[in-house]
Amino acid sequence: MQPSTSLLRDFVRKRDFYAGGLMILLGLGIALKGATYRLGSPMHMGPGFFPTALGVLLVLIGIAIAAPAFASSTQGEQQNESILPEHPEWWAWFCILMSPVLFILFGRYFGMAPGTFACVFIAALGDRQGTWKSTFILSTVVTVFGVLLFSYFLQVPMPILTWGGGL
Amino acid sequence: MGGRPVIETALHGLWYGFHVAFGPPYLLGFFPENLTWCFVGVLVGNMVGVLPGMGPLATISILLPLTFGMKAVPAILMLAGILYGGQYGGAICSVLLNLPCHPPHAVTCLDGYPMTKQGRGGVALGVTVFASFVGASWGITEMIFLSPLLVRAALQFGPAEVCTLMLLGLLAGSTLARGSPLKGVAMTLLGLFLGSVGTDLETGSERFTFGMTELDDGVELIALALGLFGIAEFMSSVNQLAPINMAYTNVRLRDMRPTRADMKRAVFPMCRGTIIGSLCSLIPGTGPTIASFVAYAAEKKASKTPERFGTGMLEGVVCPETATHSSIQGDFIPTMSLGIPGDAVMALLLGALMIQGIVPGPQLISQHPDIFWGLVASFWIGNVILVVLNVPLIGLWCKMLAIPYRFLYPSAMFFVCIGVYAANNDFFQVGEVVVLGSLGYILLRLGFHPAPVVLGFVLGPRFEENFRRAMLISRGDFGVFVERPISAFFVGLCALLIGSQIYFRLRGAKGAPMPGAGHGEASPPISPQMAPQRIPATPAE
Repeated sequence: MQPSTSLLRDFVRKRDFYAGGLMILLGLGIALKGATYRLGSPMHMGPGFFPTALGVLLVLIGIAIAAPAFASSTQGEQQNESILPEHPEWWAWFCILMSPVLFILFGRYFGMAPGTFACVFIAALGDRQGTWKSTFILSTVVTVFGVLLFSYFLQVPMPILTWGGGL
Repeated sequence: MGGRPVIETALHGLWYGFHVAFGPPYLLGFFPENLTWCFVGVLVGNMVGVLPGMGPLATISILLPLTFGMKAVPAILMLAGILYGGQYGGAICSVLLNLPCHPPHAVTCLDGYPMTKQGRGGVALGVTVFASFVGASWGITEMIFLSPLLVRAALQFGPAEVCTLMLLGLLAGSTLARGSPLKGVAMTLLGLFLGSVGTDLETGSERFTFGMTELDDGVELIALALGLFGIAEFMSSVNQLAPINMAYTNVRLRDMRPTRADMKRAVFPMCRGTIIGSLCSLIPGTGPTIASFVAYAAEKKASKTPERFGTGMLEGVVCPETATHSSIQGDFIPTMSLGIPGDAVMALLLGALMIQGIVPGPQLISQHPDIFWGLVASFWIGNVILVVLNVPLIGLWCKMLAIPYRFLYPSAMFFVCIGVYAANNDFFQVGEVVVLGSLGYILLRLGFHPAPVVLGFVLGPRFEENFRRAMLISRGDFGVFVERPISAFFVGLCALLIGSQIYFRLRGAKGAPMPGAGHGEASPPISPQMAPQRIPATPAE
């Protein structure tokens, strides 16, 4: 990123600029990919017609969202339009997103109990007030309760303990 | 078309509904199954409604997988119970703790918490519970009488009408809800797109699957809901919740009994709230949040002492709460009778029905009368249960608040994972949750509200199907949507909606920022998009 031009710096701070930009990108992607399916005629629409139309509309809306960000960039920045919260919680976000990933890995290769334990454990690590001990106890309790509820009571077909994964 | 048959069908249906609710099968040989699940739903909803950082949307999505093994009637009774049970809980949270846990209750804080500080929090809750019951009852009555009428009209609809009606619902749902209307529309489009992923219904060709066979059946609704309302919510709440002030949570039964003067004061606000709520529920897309904000503004205007609002006026608590309840019950009308949900919660409930293999639409009431009338009856039973339960349980629910968030959200993460897994017994969908959850959080940070995504997602496939069919019948002529009178009427309403949004936008941009711009009639004290969904940590000063 080059912060040399103040104009660029203004844009980068604008939340709506990113919001609109993301929608334009998504819309373009949808429209271009959608156009590779058969479009058909209005009477006999192919599978590509509806998604392509959605993509084009999304691009237009994206432009409409982003436009005011350009227009008012010269005016002062009274509002804090930063796209990051005041205190970014990168570690906690990482932990929360890793939680299902670990559930998949441990669940597939070692079974429901290890999957549950890993999933709760990593998620709980994200909280600043948690201690190792409390995290460990919480994970154990949820694992016992979860296995009882889902494996015995609700009969979810997933082995409680396994090795190497037979799924 | 006289009034008698309508009343007769309604009463007959209601009788049948109570039959469904109380009837067999009996669990453990004694508890009627349907009623038991309704009870579980309202209880869980009431409890979770008090907890910050866990809205009814998250709760319903988390508990949705538990209903797979259930029959359709108890499943929907339970999920609906969570919704309206949560509203009773939300009031507790607002009045006693000054926490606007859920957007509809944000205005309740304004006068509810000052009342608590004056030691009248119990009275506020006591009157609110009663008023809520009245509001809900009116909403249910409306549902009983209006739904059959709507169905009668809707059965005449061809694909063109269905299509434009859905368009109206989608537009209203995205522009009238919280936040910028443009962003709402963008979210709806995103939802419609996500709905089109998978095998095309007509041609059988695969769309946007990128070679992944797991995506052939489309994106999993549960993964979408849990990603957007579960993971994204946890990501924005983690380490951000302020410690809760529990000073005023000791409410005894004795404190809740209102005086005669209190009741007198509450009667008219209650009536006004009921009417505002039911009117709001008739406009698609204006859910309970709008209803409660409009109600508060209207009550302030109607009051002889508007300057005293914000200092603990009973009217300022009763009116918006009644409106919330009346509008929530009313929201079920288009959802159940037309198959067109007004907001994301309704879309989820409709999705739950679709998972059970039930096709939503005007034929639902005649094909599955047990669902519709059972639901109606369960509303009444559930509301009675809530009125009875709420009083002794307030103290218990407040103790639940002592459970720290650091225990809450990791446990919820487990429910998210196992729930999505149980939907198809496949780990692929758990991966979907990660992707959709991070997308949801990015969207939240960019100022989008993800609720319309679910609305678009649930309606998408049916919208496309009807659109294609209408175009086929009209031989490719787009004029079909304005040539047929009913369809033209819906198109006109859509145009009116868009026009008014542009008008308010221009007016708002020109001079002084208009309060409630883009929301029409109301000038709410806090505009709905500002209604905090979570409680930001108070800066240490």
